[in-house]
Amino acid sequence: MKWTRRDLLIGLGGLPILGAVWWAGAATSVGSRKKRSEILEQLNIKPSMPPAVPGIGGDPVRIGVIGFGIRGEQLTRALGFATDEWKEEMRLAAIEDPNNKRLEDFESQERLNVKLVGICDIFDVRAETFINSFSTTDDKIKRYKTYKEMIQSGEVDAVVIATPDHWHAPMSIEALNNNVHVYVEKPMTHTVGETYTLREAAENSDAVFAVGHQHRQTLSFGTARDIVEKGTLGHVSLIQTNTNRNDDNGAWNYDIHEKASPETIDWEQFLGSAPKVPFNKNHFFRWRKWWAYGSGLSGDLLTHDYDRLNCVLNMGIPASVSASGGIYTHNDGRNVPDVIQVNMEFPDFSTGSSQTKGKEKGMTFCYSATLGNGFNRPTVLMGHDATMELGNRLTVWPDGASTRYAAMLEAEKMRPDVPIYQYDPAGAATDAVSSATSQYFADKGLMWTYIDGVRVDSTFLHMREWLSVIKNGGKVSCGINEGFDEAISAHMAGLSWKLGRRIEWDAASQTLKPIEGIDFDQVLLANENWNLQPEMVG
Amino acid sequence: MNQNHNKLKASVTLLRIFIGWHFLFEGVVKMYNPEWTSFGYLATAQGPFDWFFNMLIGDATIGWVDTLNIIALMVVGVTFTLGIFERIGAIVGIGLLALYFLAHPPFPGLTQMNVEGNYWLINKNLIELVACMVIFQLPTGQYFGLDYLRKHKLKTQEQ
Repeated sequence: MKWTRRDLLIGLGGLPILGAVWWAGAATSVGSRKKRSEILEQLNIKPSMPPAVPGIGGDPVRIGVIGFGIRGEQLTRALGFATDEWKEEMRLAAIEDPNNKRLEDFESQERLNVKLVGICDIFDVRAETFINSFSTTDDKIKRYKTYKEMIQSGEVDAVVIATPDHWHAPMSIEALNNNVHVYVEKPMTHTVGETYTLREAAENSDAVFAVGHQHRQTLSFGTARDIVEKGTLGHVSLIQTNTNRNDDNGAWNYDIHEKASPETIDWEQFLGSAPKVPFNKNHFFRWRKWWAYGSGLSGDLLTHDYDRLNCVLNMGIPASVSASGGIYTHNDGRNVPDVIQVNMEFPDFSTGSSQTKGKEKGMTFCYSATLGNGFNRPTVLMGHDATMELGNRLTVWPDGASTRYAAMLEAEKMRPDVPIYQYDPAGAATDAVSSATSQYFADKGLMWTYIDGVRVDSTFLHMREWLSVIKNGGKVSCGINEGFDEAISAHMAGLSWKLGRRIEWDAASQTLKPIEGIDFDQVLLANENWNLQPEMVG
Repeated sequence: MNQNHNKLKASVTLLRIFIGWHFLFEGVVKMYNPEWTSFGYLATAQGPFDWFFNMLIGDATIGWVDTLNIIALMVVGVTFTLGIFERIGAIVGIGLLALYFLAHPPFPGLTQMNVEGNYWLINKNLIELVACMVIFQLPTGQYFGLDYLRKHKLKTQEQ
């Protein structure tokens, strides 16, 4: 066999091409991974693991639900119970849009060791829906006319409170005094005074008290805490959080039920401490629009953003709060603002510094909200060394003038427009220098929060944690202290908006600094013309 | 006529090597990156067959899907660049490109994800697929590639 040079050239000509392409591909892959791991090694961030809670063993926890409105239904579903109406609605929704997986998600949710035993809702239709949906031949659900009757019955171990804000504290206190466990929606109180009373009740009770800030279960926040603690961002001087909504539902104009009437609704009980006004369906179903029952943007939505950050930074109650805004988008008779800007000052707070000692200290938390625009503005933590976008997904960009990353920026190993760290609990791995593709998919919100491959509702996790603490002891992630910080901060924002002045917190005495002639709680509760009533302003 | 035929063979050989180059590079880059996964691509699949691609992203299947994808890319890459068993390579390539095309088809009404141009019904995946059909019809390994040695040298030796 004779092989000429020509034969070899023709026969083996492809080999050098194969070798070259192979080498280039391997070098590209290994090179970018090396650059990545160099950055990741320097940052040393530990992604948080899914929460492990001890099981809810023994007899099922006997639960009574107080308030079965929109949120009450959601909380009950998180406990594992959905009404037939909802299931049918979701079944139809899934047929119309195959991407609607809400029913599938609900059905694959882990079963909790609980038993629904009682309902207290002052609207007959809702109480009856609850009983018809969840009563079985063996376990009849009992309807209680008042929350006191339910709590004192001795038949419930725990209550879930999803009522208008002005009922949160009285019900929680009653339950805690009777050693009945409480899961209450946010904000945990409606006035400053109640916040102290509730804290005392929780401290003196054997029952477990949890506030419904379910985002404390969001997997990314643990990682965000690690990022901040490692000094990745440097000194954070400004936090921006936002609410943007632009629809009736987002502006709290919920549907009014056709069967609502003075005969089907216990109006006196709804009013409670609120001013005595005649029966009003608008007030009943859309209570979030009036200070007498709700707390507007500051109590409803600011509390989410404040607690999200308090969970990551543990910054506590601000030294002072100034707020401004007005009723600019829904002038429909409401008296809570629909546009609000809240600036919270934390002059002594620092997330650490990469510069000369003493140069950096203090931070502003800025909450900006409108109910008249739906443009998505992300939550950002702005530090001297880096900026972090906080959500289900985390993204960290180095700052062009960073001290900590100066050498890496100089060597072009980092660039201000390329994230140095990205975390997505749905992704298979953390990604340092993100590719355009993963950036695109993530930006579009096309990846979801998974725990062990299953999309999970954070409210479910939050309730599971509460139930586990009831059975096994331990600490809930949003208990009375976290709730206290949240409630006081929200009330400071509401007061500042109403009074048009700065509200200050005295950390030493744990009280609001008084303003002469002003009773804060009267101001908070007042509905119409509150600023014209002489007995309030003095 | 013969001269034209030679020109055609040269062009198709070039086409074969370039497609092989493209597939090989994609395969090698993925092979050397243990964290690469087709999860995002499949999870965002659109069009009439999205259910099929969504089925592939389960915990039990995704690892296999990723490995098979790399192997298929490498098979096309190696057979095309070396010029041997290229008809097998072409069939694998056609299958792979058909899957890529169907996962994100450029149909009107669907959002085009992560594409650098504008497409209507036909996109580069489909064009490369047709190019693989040409490679299948006109094997050029005997003209330039290992097949030349296999067919000419080994056979003549046997005779």
